[in-house]
Amino acid sequence: MSSALSTTDLHYSYPDGQAALSGVSFSISSGERLALLGPNGAGKTTLALHLNGIKRGDRGLVQVGDLKLDDRTVGEIRRRIGLVFQNPDDQLFMPTVSQDVAFGPANLGMTGGHLDGVVRGALAAVGAEELRRRVPHHLSGGERRRVALATVLAMEPSVLVLDEPTSGLDPAGRRELIGVLETLPMAQLVITHDLPFAHELCERTLIMDGGRIVADGKTAEILGDEALLKMHRLEMPYRV
Amino acid sequence: MGAGHAHAIYVHEHSFVHHLPPETKVLSVLLFVTATALTPREAIWAFAVYGAAEALLVVFARVPFRFVLSRLLAVAPFVVFALFLPFIGEGKDVSLAGIALSSEGVWSMWNILAKAILGATASILLAATTEVPDIVKGFGRLRVPPVITAIASFMIRYLEVISGELARMRTAMTARGYDPRWLSQARPIASSAGTLFVRSYERGERVYDAMLSRGYTGAMPAIDSRSASAREWAAALILPLLAGATAITAFVTL
Repeated sequence: MSSALSTTDLHYSYPDGQAALSGVSFSISSGERLALLGPNGAGKTTLALHLNGIKRGDRGLVQVGDLKLDDRTVGEIRRRIGLVFQNPDDQLFMPTVSQDVAFGPANLGMTGGHLDGVVRGALAAVGAEELRRRVPHHLSGGERRRVALATVLAMEPSVLVLDEPTSGLDPAGRRELIGVLETLPMAQLVITHDLPFAHELCERTLIMDGGRIVADGKTAEILGDEALLKMHRLEMPYRV
Repeated sequence: MGAGHAHAIYVHEHSFVHHLPPETKVLSVLLFVTATALTPREAIWAFAVYGAAEALLVVFARVPFRFVLSRLLAVAPFVVFALFLPFIGEGKDVSLAGIALSSEGVWSMWNILAKAILGATASILLAATTEVPDIVKGFGRLRVPPVITAIASFMIRYLEVISGELARMRTAMTARGYDPRWLSQARPIASSAGTLFVRSYERGERVYDAMLSRGYTGAMPAIDSRSASAREWAAALILPLLAGATAITAFVTL
């Protein structure tokens, strides 16, 4: 399968000089679901912000399909990489759900009936059509998470990047989210501390620690390696 | 979170007034309030016309009178101030039940009371029949600069988020025994205000990142471009036209 997204030797330091990414290289194939695990402060969210050029590495390369990330391609790459932020309150900033879902495609120049159709389609894909007229602040945690996902789906991305999508969800909300993600055809990079979630959704897993990828393999094998997990402050709640 | 679903200022109904496009209602209220404010205070009959028109509109919009009255309490501070005017006005030239009053003060009281209540009722009606995001949209369609409407809509979106954050901080302080009674205990309040400011600033950065991620290039996209029909404009402008005619008549006949 062709690579949907890859990084090569990505380096980044915070303005105070502390290294956040120290040579990250990985690749995700089209349609593949890949889990990204790692302790707090490993650089996972920082990596996510590099994938669509919100942050630019000091060194290294991000490639999305046939495009290399640079000033010229950053607009198209932001359409292709659908980044779902950890906190839906950061992601949902418009007064109503339908305006929020419309924000991305409207920036791409869609208008009128076409825009309306895209908004309905994206909300239908996450089972949230009935939330159209609602105000983001009045949604439940699970509804917010699904709407946040819809805002990104409306841009028809080729890769979804989800930052801790299950944090703060109740078991039913988490189950609904898994159901939605399983139906989506595009490649998915899932940053999570929820190891059973990674196990259920992704065939392949990366572990990141100290700004590096330290493990890359089949999810079942990595989650079965107790010593490896412990070394990187991870733990399966039950045996795989 | 946990904010409930109480739209404290919106009355969920399906009246004709509710369905008018927001920009027509916003302009109508602005013009109506302007007309009432310009009406000479001596034309008492004109204010009766305005009041009757508003009462009729309340019925049309199926907004309960009790709701309007309870919302009108917001102007109570002005009313209290106005009630003092007859006693503190220049030249006590009339007397009522043995109390000397200033006729100039009585007129000022009437002027403030009538105009404050009419203006407040008009905006209560607007808010009761138009949801807040639509009011912002209405201002946008009236060619208010996008920067202003964007600031307003972000403020509406995040006011509850930030006040929720403040409430949680206060709970956390109370949970650890903070019970301020004296000015010397104000320090934690000041530092929590600072913390809230920094947190809001950081949230602003994350929201901006989320906007960039969805293709934001510096201008808010036009999402809803439907404009009001001539009939809708005509219906919405009946009220300000009536008010304008009344105000002009009041001027001329004075």
